[in-house]
Amino acid sequence: MDLQTLQSFEWGIMTPEFTILIAGILLSLLDLFGRERWKKYLPWLAVISIGIAILFLGNQAGHQDVSILYDTYIFDPFSFYFKFILLLGSFLIYLMILSRTTNHEIEDRGEYVYLLLAALLGTMVMASSGDIITLFVGLELLSISSYIMVGLRKNNLHSNEGAMKYVINGGIATAFTLFGMSYVYGISGSTKLVDISREMSGSLGSGEPVAIIGFIILFIGLGFKISTVPFHMWAPDVYQGAATPVSAFLSVISKAAGFMIIIRLFWDIFHSIGVAAENDALFEAIFGFVATVSILTMVIGNIVALRQRNMKRLLAYSSIGHAGYILIPLVSLTPMSLENIWFYLLAYVFMTIGAFMVIYILEQAKKSEDISIFSGLFKESPLLAVAMTIFLASLAGIPGTAGFIGKLNILIGAVIANPAQYLLAGIMALMTVVSYIYYFSIFVQMFIREPEEERITNISGLQWTPLILCVLGTIGLGIFPFIALNFFS
Amino acid sequence: MGTLSLLVFSPAIGILALLMTRNSDNNQRTHVLALLSSFIPLLLSIFVFALFQGGNQLEERVSWITFQVAERTLTLDYELAVDGFSVLLIILTTVVSLLAILSARWMVNKDLNLFFIFMLFLEIGTLGVFSAHNLILFFVFFEITLIPMFFLIGKWGGTDREEAAFRYIIYNGLGSMLLLLAIAVIFINVGNTNFSVVADFFSGGEQKRFQAGMAIALLLAFGVKLPIFPLHSWMVKVHVHAPPALVMIHAGVLLKIGAYGLIKFGVFFFPEGFEILAPVIAILGLINLLYGAFLAFRQTELRAVLAYSSISHMGLILLGVAALNEAGIQGAIFQAVSHGLISALFFLLVGILLVRTQTTHLKRLSGLARLTPLLAGYFLVAALAGLGLPGMSGFVSEFTVFLGIFKTMPVIGAIGTLGLIMTVVYFLRAILNMTFGSYRNTFGNLKDLRTEEVISATILLLCIIGIGIFPNSVALTIQQTLETILVGIGG
Repeated sequence: MDLQTLQSFEWGIMTPEFTILIAGILLSLLDLFGRERWKKYLPWLAVISIGIAILFLGNQAGHQDVSILYDTYIFDPFSFYFKFILLLGSFLIYLMILSRTTNHEIEDRGEYVYLLLAALLGTMVMASSGDIITLFVGLELLSISSYIMVGLRKNNLHSNEGAMKYVINGGIATAFTLFGMSYVYGISGSTKLVDISREMSGSLGSGEPVAIIGFIILFIGLGFKISTVPFHMWAPDVYQGAATPVSAFLSVISKAAGFMIIIRLFWDIFHSIGVAAENDALFEAIFGFVATVSILTMVIGNIVALRQRNMKRLLAYSSIGHAGYILIPLVSLTPMSLENIWFYLLAYVFMTIGAFMVIYILEQAKKSEDISIFSGLFKESPLLAVAMTIFLASLAGIPGTAGFIGKLNILIGAVIANPAQYLLAGIMALMTVVSYIYYFSIFVQMFIREPEEERITNISGLQWTPLILCVLGTIGLGIFPFIALNFFS
Repeated sequence: MGTLSLLVFSPAIGILALLMTRNSDNNQRTHVLALLSSFIPLLLSIFVFALFQGGNQLEERVSWITFQVAERTLTLDYELAVDGFSVLLIILTTVVSLLAILSARWMVNKDLNLFFIFMLFLEIGTLGVFSAHNLILFFVFFEITLIPMFFLIGKWGGTDREEAAFRYIIYNGLGSMLLLLAIAVIFINVGNTNFSVVADFFSGGEQKRFQAGMAIALLLAFGVKLPIFPLHSWMVKVHVHAPPALVMIHAGVLLKIGAYGLIKFGVFFFPEGFEILAPVIAILGLINLLYGAFLAFRQTELRAVLAYSSISHMGLILLGVAALNEAGIQGAIFQAVSHGLISALFFLLVGILLVRTQTTHLKRLSGLARLTPLLAGYFLVAALAGLGLPGMSGFVSEFTVFLGIFKTMPVIGAIGTLGLIMTVVYFLRAILNMTFGSYRNTFGNLKDLRTEEVISATILLLCIIGIGIFPNSVALTIQQTLETILVGIGG
């Protein structure tokens, strides 16, 4: 590759990534050499850099599809819309980090700030990659940064346990992923998604057992990031151990990235094929498998959540359940599917980060993560209780909130699919009712139980900012969903 | 913003006003505020009623979401409209809500402000349910009622309040999820969920199996709300453990959503499907009628008697629906309205009683007439209305239902009359034991009804007698709705 070819690439499409990269490097240098008192301003720099990246990304709206670096890095509507979710979610999470009121020797350190940026960069690379290798590099950048972030609270027992579990499970999952990728490479002879798709649509894909095994193993490996069965066990321990903003990151951004990579691989490869007669066996095997995983994930996530008292564990199981819901559009493979997944993830960004934010505030005030921190919240701080009610209602899928529209979309998508996925839709509906039980038991704590002694002193403006943004997002998308839906199309 | 939207969201004014005065400890002022703000929806609903009687079409439509699936477009709009049936239930809602808020002053003593906020929130949901003119919007409001109900039961209820609240949420959640699935299927077939469009679409009546399937789904979904045996256990719990002011709305209005849905979506959209199911519905109705009546006879707790009597009365609605002819459906609608008024009256009285005695146990209440003759008298009148004394609304509805059912299924009708006799027996047993039983002097001195209590009970009573004497006031209002439905049945 000479200089001329390099210059001929349209590097402009990578401006958001470069912004994050430069900010990450700058922050790590500042953290290393900078003065001690500067350090609390580091998150502000990160917020600003994400803001700039969003502006750059906005500038690319409607840009034609571009692929650079020999088709390994692509810009298309898919990457545009998903990067929007990633950047928006990270923006909210940095606001969450900024809102911290208590000092903590480890959490005050700058590592968080730039590791999170590195992880974000990894997810953005995943969003744009058109090649298995690039996908994998992005995935590893995300994973390794996340492992460190989880284990950063080195004096915390749960944090150590969580990090250890995360690394070991993550390692196994990575092995699965690579193994699956090697099969796919083996039968298609290429690492480029375009080529793989072409090979699969030919006779190679017709019931070839190696292809089935390869894709299924690949899916299992990738299921780690979105915490589907069988790689879901890490989530509760890791969420519990990690600092709350990191849990929020893993629950939202990392999960969105996991879905992106799965969509990239499975949607791009199989959607273009359509259900061609000769590929039936391959198609049915793989999507039958995904459907099974989706059912198991919904059921296990929601049922086990019933028994949780630690709020972060509860949200972990609930997020496992949500991952199951989001897999449904992937199985139904309708023209609506991408839109549905995107919308649900967008709704999920607002409602989950909002819920984590409320927990973060209470956890700092009450030094506990038990569900009882919510007891009597309505008397202590009515507005905070109302905000949490909105987030939980949205997670439960009550009308008027973004979560309801998301679920409605998925349900309609499942029924309209050919063949109609009544089983998946039915289980989703059933599990939604199960999820009422644990979400509503938090309502009971907030509104019906009497407050304990510790009262929340006051909530600062910095803490309100992400909360208000999340409330606006949750309600706004619930009442005016067409804004987001029109934006997408 | 159209008149109907204004009506649906008018309780929000009260919510805002109450939120602003949240910190005041002045219960008196809070109550007056809530009461005044619940007059707004009442006046608006009367206005809507007048407009409707004047022959105005109150339709509203704002486009909301469209789904583009391949070459098809699915449209989902914000659409409101009323017909005769819904306009009656809207009036019922605003009247009962007003009286419930009025009576809550004596019955509820903690966090009054929050209680009223949730009550008004519930009113928004209920008014929305009856004004919605498409299925998904109907579902949206239907689900919205779950949240305030959960809090109202769980926070202000009796001993088992939290269990009752969870039971409420689980049963109704299951029902509504089934409804949502059914709506999704309809939506995908029709491409729209507007009531008239859906009814037109299925009027061909070709797909018999599909129609039957939808009829079963709707029967189950609304069967939870109605409730149909064996899906009734939550409802008994709610009747017994929820605060009486809330049960006035719950038994008076919310349970009617089941009947409303069955008639307006079920019979109206899928007449063929319901024709196939008619014998099943008739038998379920019979079971409800007899089972409810029998268990009502066995209860020792007044509120449980009333709960089972509600189940029994809902059986009549099912019988009316199963008859699938003009008289049957008309009777079912009559029964919905009449039972709404009667049970609201009953629970108003229960609330009044509970404030004084702290118990509704029949044995302990024995001899009430000696202490509070007026209250006992009202109870007796309510019971007479409930057992269908001629001249009251209960009689009209029972009579019309049986007129319908005897035409199509005489055997079921004959067995059903047994239920009527049992109704008389259990109502008289409960009320006479309570009022005229041997006097035990467990309570010392009890105050009889106060003026405002008399007024609110009398309003309901007048409505009940009014419908009983002038049934045409209701019949004319629902005439057009009935005709539209009957076109589908082919009767």
